[in-house]
Amino acid sequence: MKEAEILNIVYGLLKQVAPETDPSSLTLDENIRESLNIDSYDALQFIVALSEKLGVDIPEKDYGQTGNLKNLLIYLEKRLH
Amino acid sequence: MIAFKMPSLGADMEAGTLVEWRKSVGDQISHGDIIADVETQKGLIEIEVFDDGIIERFMVEEGAKVPVGTVLAMIRPVDEKPQKLEVSEAPEEIKKKSVEQAHQTNAKRLKITPLAKRMATDNKIDYGKLKGTGPEGEIVKKDVEKAIEELAVSGTSPKVSPIEKQPIPSSTSQINVPSQKSIRAAVAAAMTKSKREIPHYYLEKKIDMSKSLDWLRKTNEDRPIQKRLLSAVLFIKAVASSIEEVPEINGVWEDELVIKNEINIGFVLSLRGGGIIVPAIKNADLKSIDEIMEWLNEIIPRARAFKLRSSDLSEATITLTSIGEGGADKVFGIIYPPQIAIIGLGNVIDEAIVENGMVGIRPVLHATLAGDHRATDGLVGSRFLDALNKNLQNPEEL
Repeated sequence: MKEAEILNIVYGLLKQVAPETDPSSLTLDENIRESLNIDSYDALQFIVALSEKLGVDIPEKDYGQTGNLKNLLIYLEKRLH
Repeated sequence: MIAFKMPSLGADMEAGTLVEWRKSVGDQISHGDIIADVETQKGLIEIEVFDDGIIERFMVEEGAKVPVGTVLAMIRPVDEKPQKLEVSEAPEEIKKKSVEQAHQTNAKRLKITPLAKRMATDNKIDYGKLKGTGPEGEIVKKDVEKAIEELAVSGTSPKVSPIEKQPIPSSTSQINVPSQKSIRAAVAAAMTKSKREIPHYYLEKKIDMSKSLDWLRKTNEDRPIQKRLLSAVLFIKAVASSIEEVPEINGVWEDELVIKNEINIGFVLSLRGGGIIVPAIKNADLKSIDEIMEWLNEIIPRARAFKLRSSDLSEATITLTSIGEGGADKVFGIIYPPQIAIIGLGNVIDEAIVENGMVGIRPVLHATLAGDHRATDGLVGSRFLDALNKNLQNPEEL
């Protein structure tokens, strides 16, 4: 899967938990949760949806690597390959 | 005969608009059945009945705004013996009435509730073509919702990615969504009443969260992602267990302290557009950690879509507000009347803690309690926070 495809999926899932925001306006190193005002419940929903959509397991100890788009994309590529 | 009244869905509610009857005169109803939709400042709420019986008569028409406590319907209990004799006659009466109404339906050709009509009009649905499933074939909210869904499905290409096209907001949720102004007004009313009437006292305790967080981490390690627990679950359970130890903190003020036996914890949820909504988890002390997580998974989406039932919003005996990760370190709450306490949990932060003469860095939770000084003294609140601390040091026992 190409990075652009993953990014599109991430945008779509973020939009689901934070419908009134525009996830595509996030910069790569911006804190996703802070910028989109996502609480811990919605953060978990996002991780669950991401894991289901991409078919990768995301252990809780790795949540720290999902804080901004840059780290998240690196992490997901690693998990996918 | 039981008088079924407009329920109070929290201190902020003074009146409600009966938008749609979901049952008809003559219908048999039982505890937990949804009898009507009522519009409040916090959206459209499904109103449940708490008795078993037969609806004898409606006292309020659809569309009417009435104060809390107004009799909405008369319900004849089924278990009353003398009434049973009447029951045998009643069906005739009901039948006659239904026949009459059926004639009327034919004459008018179309029966639609005001809510359904408004929803259909707002969503440009030709309700003349809809098939009503309500009493006597009346078109009700559910029928319009179905039509809207069908329209949404047929009108959207499944291939469009959610990013390119914004998800079509379900129009049913649109109609449920109260305005920002009315949510603010509801919060304002409750909080003003609280600060005007309740002499608050405030307490705070620092709680070392090392053991709780370790337990949570280990528990979640063994779980599939869908079954993982949020720390909020542990907080709710710990609060419930602490109330069992200090029951005086759980109750309402009705010119005197009324301690409640049921532990129903109102859990503050913030709404994305601003404002809060506080559904209650009933009998939290009797629920397992997993049951509490299931409750959160069920209630949060429903609360945010303003699809709550009357029982979700009434009956809380205490409130818990948890700031969550990344937020403020402490929160001092305002009591939700007529309750007598609110517990506030801040963001867990690393702090220096002195233990056995040694300084260590630990994850720390600042737990606060605002109590109603008419009902309890600081000592009771303090015992509660001590119990909370103790419970969070022994998470495996919760």
